[in-house]
Amino acid sequence: MLIDPMETQLPADPVKAIERPQVVTQSLLYLDGVSVSFDGFRAINNLSLIIAPGEMRAIIGPNGAGKTTMMDIITGKTKPDAGDVIFDGQVDLTQLDETAIANLGIGRKFQKPTVFEMHTVEDNIEMAVKADRTVFGTLFSRHSAEIWRRVDELLGIVRLGDHRKRLAGDLSHGQKQWLEIGMLLAQDPKLLLVDEPAAGMTDVETGATAELLKDIARTHSVVVVEHDMGFIRELGVKVTCLHEGSVLAEGSLDQVSADERVIEVYLGR
Amino acid sequence: MMLTRFLFERIDRGGWVFLVLLGLAAVLVPVLNLAVPPGSMFHVSNTAVGLWGKYMTYALLAIAVDLVWGYCGILSLGHGAFFALGGYAMGMYLMLQIGPRGVYAHPTLPDFMVFLNWTELPVAWWGFSSFPYAMLMVALVPGLLAFVFGWFAFRSRVTGVYLSIITQALTYALMLAFFRNDMGFGGNNGLTDFKDILGFNIQSQTTRAVLFSLSVLALMAGYLVARAIVTSKAGKIIIAIRDAEPRTRFLGYRVENFKLFVWTVSAVMAGIAGALYVPQVGIINPSEFSPANSIEAIVWVAVGGRGTLVGAALGAGLVNFAKSWFTGAFPQGWLFALGGLFIFVTLFLPKGILGTFTDWWKRRGESRKPPTASPASQPAE
Repeated sequence: MLIDPMETQLPADPVKAIERPQVVTQSLLYLDGVSVSFDGFRAINNLSLIIAPGEMRAIIGPNGAGKTTMMDIITGKTKPDAGDVIFDGQVDLTQLDETAIANLGIGRKFQKPTVFEMHTVEDNIEMAVKADRTVFGTLFSRHSAEIWRRVDELLGIVRLGDHRKRLAGDLSHGQKQWLEIGMLLAQDPKLLLVDEPAAGMTDVETGATAELLKDIARTHSVVVVEHDMGFIRELGVKVTCLHEGSVLAEGSLDQVSADERVIEVYLGR
Repeated sequence: MMLTRFLFERIDRGGWVFLVLLGLAAVLVPVLNLAVPPGSMFHVSNTAVGLWGKYMTYALLAIAVDLVWGYCGILSLGHGAFFALGGYAMGMYLMLQIGPRGVYAHPTLPDFMVFLNWTELPVAWWGFSSFPYAMLMVALVPGLLAFVFGWFAFRSRVTGVYLSIITQALTYALMLAFFRNDMGFGGNNGLTDFKDILGFNIQSQTTRAVLFSLSVLALMAGYLVARAIVTSKAGKIIIAIRDAEPRTRFLGYRVENFKLFVWTVSAVMAGIAGALYVPQVGIINPSEFSPANSIEAIVWVAVGGRGTLVGAALGAGLVNFAKSWFTGAFPQGWLFALGGLFIFVTLFLPKGILGTFTDWWKRRGESRKPPTASPASQPAE
């Protein structure tokens, strides 16, 4: 039995009939019935979400809705108590650790920008560029023109070319956000998970970030968690609203923000 | 050729100064000791050669500690264990060289075994009469212990203070074990009364001068290896692990493998330092495993400058020089002085002597240049 979840707009419709080893989905990321509790608190409660290849999705929701926990589950930081997390049609992410998942092609930008503060901006990017990641491979790696061309290119994209020799720890908050996005791109992932990319940015920077993400979404699948509704409007993509660990509403921004329950728990009257 | 390039291509100016000074010491000290008559003001005394040789092995231990602590953020409070194990491997070779010249004149067994009424050499001692085998064990025993320990610790993500405590427990447990006579390593007396090494009389001044030079060469080699590691791309990852371990994982690097690598290399380095230490001081006993020794090594690195390698070696030399002087002048005061020094460095020189000096040097250079638009570098946090 083959089910194409791309046709099911609302993943609330469970696709339980499929057996684990044979799971074949056309979706890039497939979460079904995922739950996790911390000390009795259900951070994620029967969450189902499907991201199609090439899709950009915005996730909104009040604090504690489970947005960051969801990212922790996808990237292997947290193991779910129940449910399926399938990447690229067949890979069961719940069985893998952070490193393996990163190397499968899932990149993550953290809510609090996390860069290597004692390294220069260009070294931060260089370490992220897709290349041999083994101990001995990196120990004996020679200066590679190819990698540094890629570094130059990425520094241009995230507009940090003038700051390349500075320590990442000296950058402003917004610049760190951009550097982390640059590192994300350097990994060349199939799926980018971007947690609050516009936090702490000026309006101009926020606009530029939205443009950058739209650009990235042309060639990658992207999941963006954001509180800034203006930013999400600029992205112009499908929105999922989480609440108490499960999907409350899903659709266009206008649909979602007109939803009574979303107004109730998140947007306010 | 490739190895030479790997070792030498990324040495900075300070590193060259360090290497050249050490190279000079390796040649000049033995010459001034052996060839210059004792009356001359250029004569280096026998005591000084022994003392400085000991400092060189401490400096190598300090570089080993700096490699894991300064660069990878693993605070080991048990590096003395690896140092002592290397020392024991050397000591076992030296014991078997005594042969029938022991007090009991037994043809094969060391004195303490005869004393315990043992009739044959324990399995652990087999092969140690061969110098190459003993040298292999000098590297292998600490390396293997570190590898197994690190394999479990880093895989189960034991970090920070928990890891420090386990390393401390490791060296303490080894100390208790080596104190026992039935372990077969001489109990609390340890191994001593060495006669010769590779056929050379260990008491002779020439042998001692050669041991000094070898210690300096080992220190230079240890520095080169450590420097090559930390300046490679793997070194960038290792520093990244120190500063943001989870982030490094999400970037797709196997953090546990990188940690295991530096940890094991560092343990082998410490073992070699211990092996050079033992013939120069003439004894190895379980007190070398005592936790205080490992903590003292941490103080050397903190004083000299964490994450600088050269600073660590410098710190080992300075603190031990102070110790030698202090224990002569105020025997009761040394531990207080050491504690006070550690507090002083933590409060006023968090980057250690070399780190503070480098910062000052850079600032001096910058103030001479015309002011640029870029703001002054401030370390994070």
